[in-house]
Amino acid sequence: MTEGRWARAFALGLIGLALFVSLLPIALSVLNALKTTTEISLSPFALPATAQWRNFATAWRNAALGSSLLHSAEVVGLVIVMVCATAAPCAYALARGKGRGWRLLTFYFMATITVPVQLYLYPLYFGFAKLGMVNSIPAVALIYTAMGSPFAIFLLRTYVLSIPYELEEAAQVDGARPWQTFFHVVLPMMRPGLLTVAIIVGLNTWNEFVIAVTFLQNDSTVTAVVKFYNLTGQYSTDWGEMLAAAVIIVLPVVVLFVLLQRQFIEGMTAGAVKG
Amino acid sequence: MWPFALPAVLINVAIILVPAVLTLAAAFVAWDGVGVPAWAGLSNFQRMGDDPVFWSALSNNVVWTLIFLSVPIAMGIIMAAALLVAPRGRLIVQSIIFLPRILAVAVIGRIFQGMIFSPATGVLAWLNGHGLSLSDPLADPDRSLYAVAAVDIWHWWGFLAIVFLAAMRQVGIEQIEAARLDGAGFFALLRHVLLPGISPTLTLMLILTVIWSFQVFEFIYIVTRGGPAYGSEVLATLAYRHAFLESDVGQAAAVACVMSLFGLCATAVYLRLQVRGGQ
Repeated sequence: MTEGRWARAFALGLIGLALFVSLLPIALSVLNALKTTTEISLSPFALPATAQWRNFATAWRNAALGSSLLHSAEVVGLVIVMVCATAAPCAYALARGKGRGWRLLTFYFMATITVPVQLYLYPLYFGFAKLGMVNSIPAVALIYTAMGSPFAIFLLRTYVLSIPYELEEAAQVDGARPWQTFFHVVLPMMRPGLLTVAIIVGLNTWNEFVIAVTFLQNDSTVTAVVKFYNLTGQYSTDWGEMLAAAVIIVLPVVVLFVLLQRQFIEGMTAGAVKG
Repeated sequence: MWPFALPAVLINVAIILVPAVLTLAAAFVAWDGVGVPAWAGLSNFQRMGDDPVFWSALSNNVVWTLIFLSVPIAMGIIMAAALLVAPRGRLIVQSIIFLPRILAVAVIGRIFQGMIFSPATGVLAWLNGHGLSLSDPLADPDRSLYAVAAVDIWHWWGFLAIVFLAAMRQVGIEQIEAARLDGAGFFALLRHVLLPGISPTLTLMLILTVIWSFQVFEFIYIVTRGGPAYGSEVLATLAYRHAFLESDVGQAAAVACVMSLFGLCATAVYLRLQVRGGQ
């Protein structure tokens, strides 16, 4: 019994340490977002004499965060709609399709999940440049759709596989065409999966860096994350204002995470646990 | 059924497959991305082999892979076991250690630069004010790679802990209780009961780690841009530099092909496991 108690005490110690390490950088960011530059350089741990809420106002104004947050929201909205609209029917087809062609397509989508961006980034960029599609939010949304849909397809496919086939058969006997069966039988069963897909694809798009920094370079299309990246540097001096901008960009994500943790964690760990 | 799949397939092929094939072709031409490509044979690969930065980038990728195969995986496994042994408040603990995973990398990178590693404003400055004398690891070519890896580990390990915890919870509770009654301590329980129980999940995570480690780009580009003095340069940041700073797309494509080749081996194993598990 004493052995068990030691194990538990040890485990609690580890958990305490893990919480400290995970929260320290986040806590320091929030704390120092409320301090003046002088206060920050005196000590990162000290409390501010008075909370500098105006850091948030200056960050918002100087970084023109409003418009870049709007661009991020536009891309996220477009990508969610495009991924759901294309992945849902494709997942249905992959779950029900039989034969060599379908197996090959499944294999292809799995392979694209692990392909490095670098393998297609350069021709894609210079191709888009030639077509005048650089600095275009819909064009970037199209790229994210291609990157996000394989994940969505596999997640939604498991929902289709869980639908009793008799349900579809019954619809067919009643004379429903394939697309009617899809809309009236399959799609309603996918709804929880579509929520998870929207959350994960939305999160990835909001946070995405490589494509955004490469394809959206001017002020009328830049996303919030890239705007933040461009305005700040390793040797920035105005950390109070910068951290305030960081908090503003991260806040919507954290709020959604607190509200919908189960979907976040399930979606991000989907396929990772093998039994 | 094919019309249902068509839109997703078309988008994926246009954005990923066609440019990927073009990258393979571009590795054999001299091209600045704008003008007309000219056949260059193997010269892109020759120049790559002659470039010492390529070799140090490759070895940095290998170091990165070794770090991520060991440190975050071990942290994840130990934390998962700890949460299994001491389950009180598990849901809240899970959410907190998962939180870094959902933050934008660009934001995390800046936070670590300013609040942790900075010798002027970070925890490092505070430690130096309390008797230590540490220099900024991000400014040191010999340590910058490890410092960036630390940031990525902070972002990544909680995810692994939660994956491993989910896998451990599938191990029968009877087995765990039996081991407890036999007087097994924390590490004995971990080694003899939990680790064998999660080995399929562990294998998958190790393979994905290899795949992702050869693709690593964001953290390094954001925190050090591969510097100082190419100290943290990896293949992905090198290829990006070739393409967009030196307008040498052929060279970038050659590096990207080599980089993909390493991931490809791991991907082949991954696909076999997925196809076997998914059908």
